[in-house]
Amino acid sequence: MLATLGLDSLDGLYAHLPAEVKLNRPLNIAPGKSEFDIVDYFRRQADRNAVGFASFLGAGAYSHFRPVLCDVVASRGEFLTSYTPYQAEMAQGTLTTIFEFQTMICQLTGMDVANASMYDGSTAAPEAAMMAVRVTGRHKVLAAKTVHPEYRAVLNTYFKYQGLPVTEFGYDGATGCIDLADLESKLDKDTAAVLIQSPNFFGCVEDWKKAAELAHKHGALLVYLFSEAVSLGILEPPRDADIVAGEMQSFAHPPSYGGPYAGIIATKEKFMRQLPGRLAGETKDSNGNRAFCLTLSTREQHIRREKATSNICTNQALIALMATVFMSVYGKQGLRELAEQNIAKTQYLAKGLKRRFSGSVFNEFVASAGAQTPQAINDALLGKKIVGGLDLARFYPELSGCMLLCATEMVKREHIDAVHEAFR
Amino acid sequence: MYPDNLRYTKEHEWVRVESGTGTIGITDHAQHELGDIVYVDLPKIGATIDQGKTIGSVESVKAVSDIYSPVSGEVVEINEMLTQSPEKLNEDPHGAAWLVKVRLTSPEEIKSLMSAADYQTYIGA
Amino acid sequence: MPGKTRQHISQNEPLLFEISSPGKRGYQLPDLDVPQVDPAEALGAANARQEIEHFPEVSELEIIRHFTRLSTWNYAIDLGMFPLGSCTMKYNPRVNEQVARTEGLLWAHPYQPASVSQGAMEIMSQLESALAEITGMDAVTLEPAAGAHGELTGVLLIRALLEHRGKARKKIIIPDSAHGTNPATAAMVGYSVTNLKSNAEGTIDLAELARLVDDETAALMVTNPNTVGIFEKDIVKATEIMHSKGALVYMDGANMNALVGLARPGDFGIDVMHLNLHKTFSTPHGGGGPGSGAVAVKKHLEPFLPVPRLKRVKDMFEFDYDRPLSIGKVRAFYGNYGVLIRALAYIMAHGGPGLRVATLDALLNANYIRKGLENHYDMPFTSPSMHECVFSHDRQEAKGVRTGDIAKRLIDYGFHPYTVSFPMIVHGAIMIEPTETEGKQELDLFIQAMIDIANEIDTSPKLVLDAPHCTRTPRVDEVGAARKPVLRWKP
Repeated sequence: MLATLGLDSLDGLYAHLPAEVKLNRPLNIAPGKSEFDIVDYFRRQADRNAVGFASFLGAGAYSHFRPVLCDVVASRGEFLTSYTPYQAEMAQGTLTTIFEFQTMICQLTGMDVANASMYDGSTAAPEAAMMAVRVTGRHKVLAAKTVHPEYRAVLNTYFKYQGLPVTEFGYDGATGCIDLADLESKLDKDTAAVLIQSPNFFGCVEDWKKAAELAHKHGALLVYLFSEAVSLGILEPPRDADIVAGEMQSFAHPPSYGGPYAGIIATKEKFMRQLPGRLAGETKDSNGNRAFCLTLSTREQHIRREKATSNICTNQALIALMATVFMSVYGKQGLRELAEQNIAKTQYLAKGLKRRFSGSVFNEFVASAGAQTPQAINDALLGKKIVGGLDLARFYPELSGCMLLCATEMVKREHIDAVHEAFR
Repeated sequence: MYPDNLRYTKEHEWVRVESGTGTIGITDHAQHELGDIVYVDLPKIGATIDQGKTIGSVESVKAVSDIYSPVSGEVVEINEMLTQSPEKLNEDPHGAAWLVKVRLTSPEEIKSLMSAADYQTYIGA
Repeated sequence: MPGKTRQHISQNEPLLFEISSPGKRGYQLPDLDVPQVDPAEALGAANARQEIEHFPEVSELEIIRHFTRLSTWNYAIDLGMFPLGSCTMKYNPRVNEQVARTEGLLWAHPYQPASVSQGAMEIMSQLESALAEITGMDAVTLEPAAGAHGELTGVLLIRALLEHRGKARKKIIIPDSAHGTNPATAAMVGYSVTNLKSNAEGTIDLAELARLVDDETAALMVTNPNTVGIFEKDIVKATEIMHSKGALVYMDGANMNALVGLARPGDFGIDVMHLNLHKTFSTPHGGGGPGSGAVAVKKHLEPFLPVPRLKRVKDMFEFDYDRPLSIGKVRAFYGNYGVLIRALAYIMAHGGPGLRVATLDALLNANYIRKGLENHYDMPFTSPSMHECVFSHDRQEAKGVRTGDIAKRLIDYGFHPYTVSFPMIVHGAIMIEPTETEGKQELDLFIQAMIDIANEIDTSPKLVLDAPHCTRTPRVDEVGAARKPVLRWKP
């Protein structure tokens, strides 16, 4: 090949680079390692982490059993090593699964259209809020303090440099749900969106009907966020919301130290053209058979450039595919049963503890550490190979002495009993 | 091809003025350059528009083209047919597929626009 | 039928909803070891949903057949060369998949105590160091989830630094050859975009740049090598022009796979850049993601990096959130962690010397294709190619055949198309990036396919215009899809 190019060494290929930019030394990175060494290195690192521990952590990243088929399908090279399906004729597999994903998200959320995924829930939140800004032509956003603190942090980062104000409204100290009076007092003619999360960060189910009523009265949109997708299997879908945005991690992807996850945004048909992210649509091929293709691409950055709905380019197709398999495995009945198991475990866990809030919860809740500290309880549990709850003082100084605990179908009764023990 | 009773812009819009009202559309050249039109975004009735400013956009599968108003005024009517049948813009851009009607506030602006003959020279037709 | 392919049976498959029927199931939940609870009681009757209407009910075998059949309708790197320019579709080593699934990593919770996360943090630290060395930059954040997200982070950093210095400024200069994400990102951070026209060689026009930059210019966003696959030879002068006006230079690292081990952006004046770990470091594209867009910066931008920062206190890693100048968070937790594991595994497998050879092989393959096709397709810019080469369809258009048609015909020859109609500064662009992982045999087949298509265009253009002929799905009606959008299945 070098001879074809009239070169006598590989170095000739970049001889034209200006001398001042060339790196005149080898990279300071050790020489290549064998497959054995690589597997061994990561196993050794992994073993320094909590391996084989039971976990009561939720807070935006949930441990759910992953049906074997999820990984089997996602490991197929035809899905794993394909690109964004721009060439519809040789990407019908990916396109069809995206269409199924979009459909199931609509069925779960009660919305008309859903995109083919965003990076994660925390970035879907500001994207949904920006969408509301475009739809309403207004610039202010109200976010509940019960929305995941990291989602709110990302929202702030996205908004502050665009000069779009984010105002937070509080929660009822007794129920742990949004303070509707505080929300109403902050709504005005400049409010583009009200962001609530349900179940909220404290695990409590929010009254989205009332929130929607208030938002709509002032001409604002209601954005319903979720971080625990399994809740959609049992909770009434938020039909009065204008935009639903959330995190699909619970469906088939383990916590994986924070990523990769997959966010989604779903909305009413009338706001379809303001949706960011990819969309697959149904059409026909030249033989008249059903086929799918990416559509409404003029919303996107590769065409509209600085006027695009977002700069987003990738989606989380492979994670969305795993979620699609997860949803097919559990199906209509299984998703409900899965949610019911989460409720049962959580209720059993809560019974032995002092709940800080009275609001109805799905699979996590806030417990008061009583005479102990969350740190002491967690330390005691760690010794029994149990990762305890999240110390809430980090995000809510007013809740110091409280912790957020989550019980999914993955925790066993003996682990829950151990938690009860540690709180005593 | 390019009717004499229309006046044209360099951005490929046309306007036809009748008793103080201007009907605005895009030219045959514009629709041809865009290809199959799939969506038309139009302003709201009652909106105030300024000459040379964006009032909406026309989309094909892989391109978006802003519509620049040839005149200033107030939008009094939009062509609802185009929301259902955007393809009409490919078929009859100078006629049935007009975009908006505007009550002119500065009728003299029309003098700054091109005649049919000038426009044809401009696009090299 | 062309040499690399032969037809075979392809199974039809309905949608999941169409094979669903009541009572079928593919799951079995564990026995419940705590008392059952009525959901209506726990959640409140009004909050509990009745059923998920029309949600599928299918068996395990139906599921595996469904997705396996669908998978066969895809093309993939595992099936052959995927020469999408700018997308860097190289082989994805499977050991990376395996190590990302190591139990103590896959099930690590982002909020678990640092004392039981040291291994996870060590991996992040190793990757940060390696990427800093490769780019010649001082600090790296792994938090951004993708390339465009890295751009957003980088431009936010620029804005934060300029605001800290007193004025955010108003505009960002972007060459007309840039990826669409660049202007979209600038807009998201509140900057207007000034278009920089490329010169006759397809590179930055220094005189024009000097004319455009002023006291309101925040930055230049540049891709190097640029999207025509040409190294910006005046990059050092360009960065000097920007810096002399107090502006910064952002580098889109989409094409960093052409430079690893040969040149470092940190050494040629770049202030901040992102890396697409799913391109340069071969984490799988997975049909569109997940990616990862690590951002590398020089010292003066380091205080503004997103929180948390990984720091070592004695022998322990910790996350540092106490960073008063930080732009805040761009994503929950610490980034697309599973992608980071794969990227580090890739870097370890190659090692420093291996990474450099991979770069040289990518250059070799691109130039070999260029040589093989330059007599058959027009080449608008003739400066030396780096990792990709860009032709135009000018010669073929005379016969009524455009780049998109040639791309579709390539499918019949058993290849994924190249990148079509991008960059926009090339009329009818044909943008080819073979990557280093293709061998000579596959490259020769590709070159021959492109030559055969060029000949077909001379003799029977209709054959190309109507392509593909051999796929189970011939051309799809994208116009119809956009005019009457159907975005979900309905009963």
